[in-house]
Amino acid sequence: MSLTTESSTNFWLTRPFSERSTQIFLGVLIAALALVTLLHVAVPADNPLHIGAYTVNLFGKYLSYALLAVAVDLVWGYLGILSLGHGAFFAIGGYAMGMYLMRQIGDRGTYGNPVLPDFMVFLNWDSLPWFWHGFDMAWFAFAMVLLAPGLLALVFGFLAFRSRVTGVYLSIITQALTFALMLAFFRNEMGFGGNNGLTDFREIVGFDLRSDATRLGLFLATGVALALGFILCRAIVTSKLGRVSVATRDAEARTRFLGYRVERFQLFVFVVSAMLAGLAGALYVPQVGIINPSEFSPIFSIEIVLWVALGGRATLYGAVIGAILVNYAKTIFTGVMPDAWLFALGAMFVLVTVFLPKGVAGLFRYFKRRKRDDTATSDPNADPNSTPKEASA
Amino acid sequence: MRRFLSLGLLCLMLLSITVTAQAQTNSTASSTDDTAALELLEALDVESYTAKSEAITAILQSDDERARDWLQALLDGRLQRTEDGRFVLVLENRGRDWPVADVLTGEALGEMSRRDLERVGINNNLRNQLRSAIAVVDLYSPNVERRRTSAERLLGEVDSDLVQPINELIEQEEDDQVRYRLTQAVAIYRAEAGEMEGVEALDGSLHPRSRVALSRAANGDDPVVANAAAASLAGIEQQLKINRGLETLYFGLSLGSVLVLAAIGLAITFGVMGVINMAHGELMMLGAYTTWAMQQLLPGQPGLALILSIPAGFMVAALAGVAIERGVIQFLKGRPLETLLATFGISLILQQLVRTVISPLNRTVITPEWMSGSLVVNDALSLTLNRMYVLGFALVVFAGLMLIMRRTRLGLEVRAVTQNRAMARSMGIRATRVDIMTFALGSGVAGLAGVALSQLTNVGPNLGQNYIIDSFMVVVFGGVGNLWGTLVAGLSLGVINQVLEPWAGAVLAKIIVLVFIILFIQKRPRGLFPQKGRAAEG
Repeated sequence: MSLTTESSTNFWLTRPFSERSTQIFLGVLIAALALVTLLHVAVPADNPLHIGAYTVNLFGKYLSYALLAVAVDLVWGYLGILSLGHGAFFAIGGYAMGMYLMRQIGDRGTYGNPVLPDFMVFLNWDSLPWFWHGFDMAWFAFAMVLLAPGLLALVFGFLAFRSRVTGVYLSIITQALTFALMLAFFRNEMGFGGNNGLTDFREIVGFDLRSDATRLGLFLATGVALALGFILCRAIVTSKLGRVSVATRDAEARTRFLGYRVERFQLFVFVVSAMLAGLAGALYVPQVGIINPSEFSPIFSIEIVLWVALGGRATLYGAVIGAILVNYAKTIFTGVMPDAWLFALGAMFVLVTVFLPKGVAGLFRYFKRRKRDDTATSDPNADPNSTPKEASA
Repeated sequence: MRRFLSLGLLCLMLLSITVTAQAQTNSTASSTDDTAALELLEALDVESYTAKSEAITAILQSDDERARDWLQALLDGRLQRTEDGRFVLVLENRGRDWPVADVLTGEALGEMSRRDLERVGINNNLRNQLRSAIAVVDLYSPNVERRRTSAERLLGEVDSDLVQPINELIEQEEDDQVRYRLTQAVAIYRAEAGEMEGVEALDGSLHPRSRVALSRAANGDDPVVANAAAASLAGIEQQLKINRGLETLYFGLSLGSVLVLAAIGLAITFGVMGVINMAHGELMMLGAYTTWAMQQLLPGQPGLALILSIPAGFMVAALAGVAIERGVIQFLKGRPLETLLATFGISLILQQLVRTVISPLNRTVITPEWMSGSLVVNDALSLTLNRMYVLGFALVVFAGLMLIMRRTRLGLEVRAVTQNRAMARSMGIRATRVDIMTFALGSGVAGLAGVALSQLTNVGPNLGQNYIIDSFMVVVFGGVGNLWGTLVAGLSLGVINQVLEPWAGAVLAKIIVLVFIILFIQKRPRGLFPQKGRAAEG
């Protein structure tokens, strides 16, 4: 029952914005983007309020993680599928972008080969592998950012959902998927730069990646992508399709008995989520300047789930909060005391699952309800967005 | 308790007595050796070359490990005497001052002026005698082991000078293995010389050197010999293929046994209890570190330490498991996905704990002598002993677990609680206690796996991480809740991996296996041996 029940305003264009939390979230996001831009551009560099290019870049990275977290929340929170392999979709999107950026280097690489990227020259390859063709064109590469992860999710999801692999089993095979891909991408023979991945990028659609203006542009683009992705997810979860997927999450067998082809709904949501993850990866890569197989590591994928759990599952905005909080903590910890980070991360996993099952968003709601109870207004729809019952395996 | 203590003390006393006694005999033995050795060397420094020749034979027949070095030095003119009559080995005779070493201990004595040294001279006859003697020096040793290694070294090294003395040795030799090797060595020489006799003798020999000799014979001038050699070669190739297959099977079973050990504890906690424990790999790591700690506590006794770490590793991991169950998992009952996340957090903490407290680097665990080396089946197939022990250990652990689950009260209660918790409780079974015991058992087995793994791989903070995905795959592939399934799945995955490895490479083989399992689960979501009945509906 995570849906509002108004009927008159239930128009598909306005429906995603119907909830108060969505309006607040989008407002805060736009305000934050504007504020960062202002502090970066308008405030002089010696002013303490000035935000440097490095920080803008860091924020951009957080925002791409936030988009990834939203994608995971869509499948975990509203479909009940705990994917431990979303890092794979993120990385594939990132690789698609990385391949485009590699081709943009052109003959400015160390070896000066106009077609082959440096690592291929180094491996003594004489021609471009077939899957590298087309990535010199921006439109093709940007399409692949969405299509490649989407296709993988389609094939994988089709097989998995058709045979009704659910719960823990699905989690484990998604983890195996990303693990297998990590091993594969580590191989030089795969043609993705092996261990070192793709790096040393120069420019993106004609803009120099090292200039401050491009960084700000990428930051804003990520912010806009996050807002659009968020609205898309809201549109999905507030639609009839969203209701069926929530029903699947809470009682898969019952939904099937009601006559819904559960696997189709699962497949659709899963593929959308994978594409969003791929988009997040594509926005992440030009901002950090490298993509390598470590993004496929199972630990990263499981960390994403922690962001969502910490922020609050099945709220979408909670996922954004979680992603930013955890990654901000990571930046602080790895800078100040790197040894303590894994302790902190591990402790977060345990504490959040045991003591804070609804995450930070759950805390917000708790305080909100207390306030409302204090003012003693009785409202039958006091908690329209109640957190889901556990989907058990 | 007191009785145990006194027993332990007694054992310790006995142990220390035998150790000291052994040390004493060792030292007396070496001092008599040295006097005898000096006499032997003394006999070399005479005028008459006939006497020198006899002295060389005497050295050959003495069972002194250094004989080879002395004779080589004598041949090279590096065996010299100082002015005060001491024998030294010249390490490098270039320049004015030569670095020298004591002839008995091999201890470096610094540099000496060449004028202070006098060479033990030899003539051409002696030189020839020495050359063939050095090749076969160890063959005269009364020590069988050294005769065996020496005979093995001779394969392909026989020349016309050596054939005669070796044939004499073959007649005197009592050990079958040495005789076999010597005959083979002569046969290789004959086959390479194009003699039919040699080719016939080499038929069926799997040693690589024999094959070289046969292929040379097959290209020889005499068509009869060449044909016979080619036929022999074809037969040998066939044999080798079979042996390679056996070797792959052995490696596969060995890898499989590791997978079974890693997964079997998981089969209990995940398969039977339904608890996802992502910290399972770290419990294995604790077992491996227990072995390391044991060996640090008992320096010089790696074997004893290893045996003691079997119960110790079990206990450490089991206690850690109980702590995890009581501290976290019990609060997450019925929420498998949350359990997965929480235990993953625990695995991160345990890894970092080991990194901080012990070291981020790998630790060395010593393999005791009785576990190192290998069992030589034939020239093409030798099975490493440590892998064999681990294979045996895995089977023993499996059998033990089967016994516990099938034949004990605990096993009965565990099965009752898994099938119907409420009913079991109403029959008077304390379900919470069963939970704790089961989890302790599964974790303890992870500790045992760690002890075994410490003999095969590096012991480091990442040890567990490398196995966790594989272990889950094995359990899921075999069918959750089915111990036999885990055994079959583990062993067969190990073999499949090894069969794929030669033509796909290690990494690709692993990827293929993972993809295979992913596809297999799509086809049969409940594994090889699905549970039947209502319990399976979940």
